[in-house]
Formats: sequence, C-alpha cells, structure tokens
Amino acid sequence: MDPAKTGEFAHIGKSVIIKGELSGSEDLNVDGVVEGTIQLQGNNLVIGPNGQVKADIHAKSVVVQGKLEGNIWASERAELRKSAAVVGDIFTQRIAIEEGAYFKGKVDIQKEAARTASSITTRSESSAEGKSASGTAKSAAPGIVAAGVAGTPVTKA
Amino acid sequence: MATVSQSFMKLFRGSADSGSGAKATPATTRLTRRSSGLVELARILQSEDPLCVLDLGSTSAANIRYMTERGHKIYSEDLLEASTDPSLATRDEQGKAVLDSKRFLSENLVFSAAQFDLVLCWNLADYLDETLVKPVVARLWTTMRPGGMLLAFFHTQEAGPDAPCYRYHILSQDVLEMQHIEARKDMRKGPTGAVHTSIHKTFRLQRVFNNRHIENLFRDFTSIKFFLTRDNVREVLVVR
Repeated sequence: MDPAKTGEFAHIGKSVIIKGELSGSEDLNVDGVVEGTIQLQGNNLVIGPNGQVKADIHAKSVVVQGKLEGNIWASERAELRKSAAVVGDIFTQRIAIEEGAYFKGKVDIQKEAARTASSITTRSESSAEGKSASGTAKSAAPGIVAAGVAGTPVTKA
Repeated sequence: MATVSQSFMKLFRGSADSGSGAKATPATTRLTRRSSGLVELARILQSEDPLCVLDLGSTSAANIRYMTERGHKIYSEDLLEASTDPSLATRDEQGKAVLDSKRFLSENLVFSAAQFDLVLCWNLADYLDETLVKPVVARLWTTMRPGGMLLAFFHTQEAGPDAPCYRYHILSQDVLEMQHIEARKDMRKGPTGAVHTSIHKTFRLQRVFNNRHIENLFRDFTSIKFFLTRDNVREVLVVR
C-alpha cells in the first residue's frame, strides 16, 4: 500500500506549492504544500512529514505524516502516523491512528467496514516512516494533473 | 465557587512552590481502572441506532475503535491542548490575565445544536483554565441532545495538587486505561492557563470541585449521578 516503497508514484517535493484541483490516476506522495482538492480515485496518497495540505481528499488510501486541514474520503483505508496533525472529518472503511497523532474531527466508518471486526488498528510507534523528503518536485508521472493556480513550480504533465 | 476554588489553589501553589517533591509519572506509564460511569454508558452504547459521540480527551485510537466498532460516529476534539494556544491570552476588566473564552468557543466545539448523544469529558474540568470551564459546559449543553449523557471525572481533595493528568482509553465496557499526558514543551510558555501555571512537565490540576460545585456547574442539566471510586476521583454522569 505504501507507494514510497514501490517507487511507482508521483512526488511533490517540499519546495512545491500547488493551489487548485489536483487529480490523477496513480499514487501520489505530497511533501510540499497543496491547497484546493485532491482527487485520486482508486489510488493512494501519502502526505509526507513536510507536507502541508489544505484540501478535501478523495483516494483509495490516505497516509498522513504531515499536516492536513480538510476532509478525507478514503474508500479503503486512512492512516494517521505519529507526526500527523489532522483537522477534518474522515470517511473510510478502515483507519489506523498511531500514538501521538493529533486529530480534530469526526470519524465515520462506512457501513461495509462497520460489520468487520477490528476495522481500526493502533499502530506501534516503531512503524516505518515514509522516506520521501525531496528538495524539489522530483517527478509527476503522466497520470497526475494539477489544475488551477500554481505558486512555485508545479508538477509536470 | 471561584473564591473557594481559588483559596484551595493557594494551598496547592504553596505546597508546590515549596517543592512538594511530587513524583513525576513517566509518560509511558499506563494504568487501568474500573469505571462505574462507563458501565452505565454501556447500556446506551449497545443501541442499535448509531449514536453521535464526542470525545474531549487527547486523540485515542482505542476510543475511536470502541465506538466505531459499535456503529457509532465519534468526534475527537482535544480541548485541553486547544486551551494552551498563547494567542487566547487577554485581560479582563480588572486587568487580570485570562483566556478569551469567546474566541476559544469560536474555534472549538463548533457543532450544530442538539447533536451528541454522548460526551466523554474525562477530567477536562479539573485541568482546564478557570475562564473556560463554565463557557465550555454551557456550549456542551447546547450541542447535546435531550437525554444525552456526559461522563466527567473530578478529583477529590485527597488527590493533591500534583495529581497527574491522564488521557483515557476505553478497553472494555467497564475498564479504562489511563495514560499520563506529557505536555509539549512549547505549551508551557503562555501567560496563563492550565499549562502555564504548571511547574512540571505536564498539565496541572487547576482546582478541586466539591459535590456542590459540580452540581452548580451542571445545573442546567436534568440529572446528575456520582460514583465514588478508590483513587481519589469521582465519576459523574450527567443527563442533558
């Protein structure tokens, strides 16, 4: 699930600022600033330790290590790592919250998952952190499209 | 009420300032306790209808799991941490340092009216700044449904001024796990408030409510029930 381990993901580096609508059909790792909306239906999103996102997010799975202000619609799973600070509501089937994560908002487990026992897990502190820090926009694979107003360098088409 | 509690805190401060030698509880220490209040809540938590629950303690995956596994919706809002925002500091008419309760409530506990069936207040009132306690309780009243329940813990005088501040994790329908809260370093630098009066690396007990104070605090609610425990804490179950 962790796209950082597969190498097949688009990456928004920590010096990148994107304002507007971000959509795509592949996994995305955000270590920069994104304001607007993120649409990754069927794909995974990782907000890295340096990531600062103010957006509503639609994705298959969402892993937050940085800061997020906005709602999460994760069709499969949402995960808040210990460095995460999330203000917003989470709608998902499964959720994992690491010790130390900050969360302000609502958790709404979707009905399919509510019937499943142990839909929520508590991660241990020793779990791996994403290794995605990058000084620039490393790459944006063809599936990612940024629409709207860009601050500093935006993803490539 | 304020006069009594302030007088009491003078005793606390006196003992603390003189170096009471309180033992700091390690952040990793986790204790368990049986909760009679939680047992009472178990009946409504078995409801087939999804309930709306508000947890005012630190983010707890255990509590979120416990509620969502039963089909309930849970909101998490750490008011104690929110109260440490240094920008909330202001002065009252007498020039005394206080927290801006109006601004605090414009940024926190912002929900539609009559929404919650259950509020888990834990020990918030004991550690929250004096300025915020009554406004917060009044706001909770507006956000709870008639018949909704609120669970709160209050220390007794025997607990002492250095009673550690815990976050509570629900383990089962009658057992809580208590985890010592370690305040972040940057939380202790403000001009007032629960953390700012602390001489330790944690939140500090602000006052001790007696039963009369507690009844007065929740006077707008329909009923109140006390559960005495062995660890110098009273559990209180309040019905809206």
